[in-house]
Amino acid sequence: MNAEHAAHANGHGHGHGHDDHHHHEDNRNFIERYVFSTDHKVIAIQFLFSGLIFFLIGGLLAMAIRWQLAWPWSPMPILSKALWSSPSLGYRMPPEYFNKLFTMHASVMIFFVIIPLLTGTFGNFLIPLQIGARDMAFPKLNMYSYWCMPFAMIAILYSFYVEGGPAEAGWTSYPLLSVAKWATPGSLNGQTWWLIALLFAGVSSLMGSINYITTIIMLRAPGMKMFRMPMAVWSLFITAILQAFALPVLTSALVMQLLDRTAGTNFFTPTNWSVANAPSIVGGGQTLMWQHLFWFYSHPAVYIMILPGMGMVSDIIATFARKPLFGYKPMVFAIAGIAGLGFIVWGHHMFQSGMNPALGATFMLSTMMIALPSAIKVFNWLGTMWGGRIQYTTAMLNAMAFVAMFIIGGLSGIFMAATPVDMHIHDTYFIVGHIHYVLFGGSMFAIFAGITFWFPKMFGRLMNERIGKIHFILTFIFFNGTFFLMHIVGMHGMPRRYADYTGFQYLNNSAVIGMNQFMSYSAFLLGLTQLLFAGNFLYSIVAGPKAPANPWHSNSLEWTAPSPPPHYNFEVIPTVYHAAYEYSVPGMDKDYLPQTEERPPQAGPLDPVMGGD
Amino acid sequence: MRYWSILFALAAVFSIGAFVYAPFSPDWWLPNSANEPYHAVSKFGREIDSLFLIILWITGIVFIGTQIALVWVSWKYIDKPGSVATYFHGSQRLEVIWTIIPAAILVFIALYQMGTWAEIKFRSSAPKVLPLAEVTARQFQWVIRYAGPDGKLHTTDDLHLVNDLHFVKSAEKLEKPALIWLQSGDVLHSFFLPQLRIKQDAVPGLKIPVWFDCDRAGQYELLCAELCGWGHYKMRSKVTVHENQADFDEWMQRKLSEQNQSQIAAVAQGGK
Repeated sequence: MNAEHAAHANGHGHGHGHDDHHHHEDNRNFIERYVFSTDHKVIAIQFLFSGLIFFLIGGLLAMAIRWQLAWPWSPMPILSKALWSSPSLGYRMPPEYFNKLFTMHASVMIFFVIIPLLTGTFGNFLIPLQIGARDMAFPKLNMYSYWCMPFAMIAILYSFYVEGGPAEAGWTSYPLLSVAKWATPGSLNGQTWWLIALLFAGVSSLMGSINYITTIIMLRAPGMKMFRMPMAVWSLFITAILQAFALPVLTSALVMQLLDRTAGTNFFTPTNWSVANAPSIVGGGQTLMWQHLFWFYSHPAVYIMILPGMGMVSDIIATFARKPLFGYKPMVFAIAGIAGLGFIVWGHHMFQSGMNPALGATFMLSTMMIALPSAIKVFNWLGTMWGGRIQYTTAMLNAMAFVAMFIIGGLSGIFMAATPVDMHIHDTYFIVGHIHYVLFGGSMFAIFAGITFWFPKMFGRLMNERIGKIHFILTFIFFNGTFFLMHIVGMHGMPRRYADYTGFQYLNNSAVIGMNQFMSYSAFLLGLTQLLFAGNFLYSIVAGPKAPANPWHSNSLEWTAPSPPPHYNFEVIPTVYHAAYEYSVPGMDKDYLPQTEERPPQAGPLDPVMGGD
Repeated sequence: MRYWSILFALAAVFSIGAFVYAPFSPDWWLPNSANEPYHAVSKFGREIDSLFLIILWITGIVFIGTQIALVWVSWKYIDKPGSVATYFHGSQRLEVIWTIIPAAILVFIALYQMGTWAEIKFRSSAPKVLPLAEVTARQFQWVIRYAGPDGKLHTTDDLHLVNDLHFVKSAEKLEKPALIWLQSGDVLHSFFLPQLRIKQDAVPGLKIPVWFDCDRAGQYELLCAELCGWGHYKMRSKVTVHENQADFDEWMQRKLSEQNQSQIAAVAQGGK
């Protein structure tokens, strides 16, 4: 260890003084700096790029799904020849290919886009910068966490080229369809690769979450009490706890299914099971066990995919309403409440599964209760904007769209939580509409907002506001056009995961088919609109206007560092005096007060519940 | 640019409009028979529909309220010269109010649903009748074994059919739901009767009782609602509800005699 490194260690360990000037000389080579980097900002950007590339892949899969649903069995121009069909089928999409499409669309979007973008990108980028740390607690573990992902990405992409094609048992991969190799073509080999991909993605998340928890507990700057942290950090902290506790269950379930498929175990296969007229196999396991284990992770995963968005949106709304966040501690408790209840609601995915219906009644009550903290958050966001001075930047518009669309996603969830009503709408397009209002209307709008908001800090340049707003308005319109009518066709009983619904009399009418065509046109336009975002993003990295340190006049610590922050972030570890929401403090010249500046005496004492410690 | 609020208002109007229009089109509304688009044919269906409507009203009112608030703040509180944002961190009284009221509503919704749920799914509320049939779901068909004239399953007079579910209409006073035993021959499936609002997964290794009634004779459809492989979308069965028991018995006799015709007899008949 040379003197320079000793100074780093010193800066980390005792970085609690004002006089700790940190002159860091960066002498890493290209590979250390941009490829196998331990810098949390570089890792965040790596997650960002791979997440956006997979967003493109997952989006294209969705386009093919919408083609088949609007015009069942009609050959898709150009692509059907190239990708899946043969002249003997008249270039129609084979039905199993449709099942592969929705399976891979969901798996890619959930495990390779939304979770890595929210926790990987924003978790890595924001946590050290917003708590005033120079890096993560375990920088090398952080690097491994990213470099686990390429294995997952290769496995999931390679599965398209194996015999039988990629997995087609749905992203939920319920046995026996997923375990029995002859049940459907995708279960021959593709499912094994799917399991391997998810295992690597899970390990990546797990390493990340351990790092986030430790960093937030151990490396906060002086004065950064827990109840002074920005909501983004709070939400990422609670998300990391959720991941750390829920992921081991999914990991073990994935291993069990892998063993069932490859080693002849019978964790999820019942006594004397047989598929496709094969001789029966002794078996002895429990099919429903997989559903319990899977949802014990995957229901908290739904919150993993929304909580960071809620945190970021809270920060963005307070910044652009120029007003303190309404009810800071209640907002934190609401997130904690969602996370706590999130562990006892997994059974609501299984109301019709054959699980004991008395258990279903219990899960209905806990599921209803989890709507409560979500409602509290919505009211607090509205309260934050009420009486503010709203600046309509692209980031703010996307954050407001998050609130508006999350309301729809939250309310439609109540229908499914009610067990008798769920009997009718379970496994219909109603749930497809619901999940997309939460994951696209919620998470993706939050991601668009977050990227636009922190882009200047990430790349030192600003994104184009005009193109950003055009992208927003088109995305917002076509998003609603794509997904809202799913509630209607779902209420009418259109089942999900059907390659062709026109074989059923009650669905084979111009209204249902017409609505599906309308959704498909909207979906194609929604897909095209994303090109605007891609163009704006790539162009702005290279040629956007240079960003100042604090372009939005925001309060949290990352805006006190230069844009982009240098290696090790802060020359002097900042000292924090209050929470990040002191906007429009009376009697001041500027309408914001960075966390590093003390509150003026005329502002009076801060409300300890609503304003933070 | 306060006109951004119009965009949010448009989305809300579109959403509300879709649900306001839905009841006026039988192809948008809950699936019912074409002649009587607003009559759910089963007792459970009517209960489920009323519970659905209660939630639709409650969520609709909350939706309209929150969207009005959102559109209002985005119209009123915009950044213009001279405007100052309120320096206000929140109110504990408001937090308590908007915690307790939604909590009460949510608990009400949950408790209000319990009775119907128990009635449809709890084994203790299964009707005390002989089972109509044993339904085995397999890729990609519904194999139905009727109990036959003796009313007992697994006897020699059982009737075996594929994708053809028959039962008798429930009379006004004599409410006798049909009872089936549901099982799976291979992977997971789900027994979904959209017009009757019934759904139950068929699970390998489990035998699950399902009961339902229907007060209009006619033709309905049975779907598979749980992904079961490449042919999932075509796992369709006809459902026929007979006007009365005599009609049903006559149909069963006809089917039984078809079934009991030996192959040699069939060849002999064909040769004539």
